[in-house]
Amino acid sequence: MCNTCGCNITPGNQHLIKPGGKLSRTDNGQQSITVLKSLLSENDHQAEHNREHFNKHQVLAINLMSSPGAGKTALLEATIDSLKEKFNIAVIEGDLETENDALRIRSKGVPAVQITTGSACHLDAHMVHDALHQLDLSTLDIIFIENVGNLVCPASFDLGQHHNVVLLSTTEGDDKPAKYPVMFRAADIMLLSKVDLLPVLDDFDTDKARQHLSNLANHSPVIEISAKNQTGMSDWFDWIENNYNRMSKPDLIKHHHV
Amino acid sequence: MHELSICHSLIKQVEAIALEQSSKSVQLIQLQIGPLSGIDASLLKHSFPIASTGTIAEGAELLIEQLPVNIRCLNCGRESSVEINRLVCHHCQHTDTQLLSGDEMLLHSVKLET
Repeated sequence: MCNTCGCNITPGNQHLIKPGGKLSRTDNGQQSITVLKSLLSENDHQAEHNREHFNKHQVLAINLMSSPGAGKTALLEATIDSLKEKFNIAVIEGDLETENDALRIRSKGVPAVQITTGSACHLDAHMVHDALHQLDLSTLDIIFIENVGNLVCPASFDLGQHHNVVLLSTTEGDDKPAKYPVMFRAADIMLLSKVDLLPVLDDFDTDKARQHLSNLANHSPVIEISAKNQTGMSDWFDWIENNYNRMSKPDLIKHHHV
Repeated sequence: MHELSICHSLIKQVEAIALEQSSKSVQLIQLQIGPLSGIDASLLKHSFPIASTGTIAEGAELLIEQLPVNIRCLNCGRESSVEINRLVCHHCQHTDTQLLSGDEMLLHSVKLET
């Protein structure tokens, strides 16, 4: 069938080329086509592919997002220290420049792949896919993806993760969820980090931060944590473990470290 | 500023459609954007001439329809039009609401010269 003589027109698609149909053609050689596809459909397609990889190998994928300096890497270090005997963990690190964060993670004895994005302000599903080729998923239980520190752009790009974790540190404003609604609406859990500093900060109200999140119709759990003095860390570990168990049976945890 | 990469992705999609339709040029691209998509419509509009240079979409008109943020309350069932950071029912103040529109980032349609 071709597009020139009309042999591709069947009773089934005839309505499309009638006036007003989505492939209708006007006399002056113009053609209007209704598409109705996401602008990020290519990224979303790749993200779905990544998710299939994770699911096939029963690897829990967690995307960590926050402003720069909210404590994502410190949280990961403390998490690895506590969970690495139980789970095989790997980390994908996104930064504009430097391998510093990957070096910090590797010094904890777990594999880390650094993605340097250059000037790009977010990770996308293709970058994560390339990074996955450097990891052996069949030996892993949990992958943390530490996104580029930024409360705007990363929220729009699905990476194939199972859960979004958004950190809000007490040195930022408690109204961040109201200022960055796209990011905080995407959160499956909000971690209020650096709560050890609360006694010396008089302008961060954790109840207000919770209320701003709730105003976004997001009723995800909120945990107050400090990677430094361990506040709330056991609740965070429980959240990870519960989600891991939900996607796989506990007795399937791979190759326990001894 | 991720609008430039979104613009590149948009142009890739338009190029694929134009190729499929053996079209010579693209006249009009219509988008629907909701504020909760995280895309800034004016930044996208400014990125377009840069991203489309040398592509079949160069010179095409980009029309962006901005959609409102509408919610339905899961408590009282009524609908409200709201601000992007207050998805709270106007009628009963409940925060258990469902988004009806406002997070779209859609390529709605293209007009091609054939």
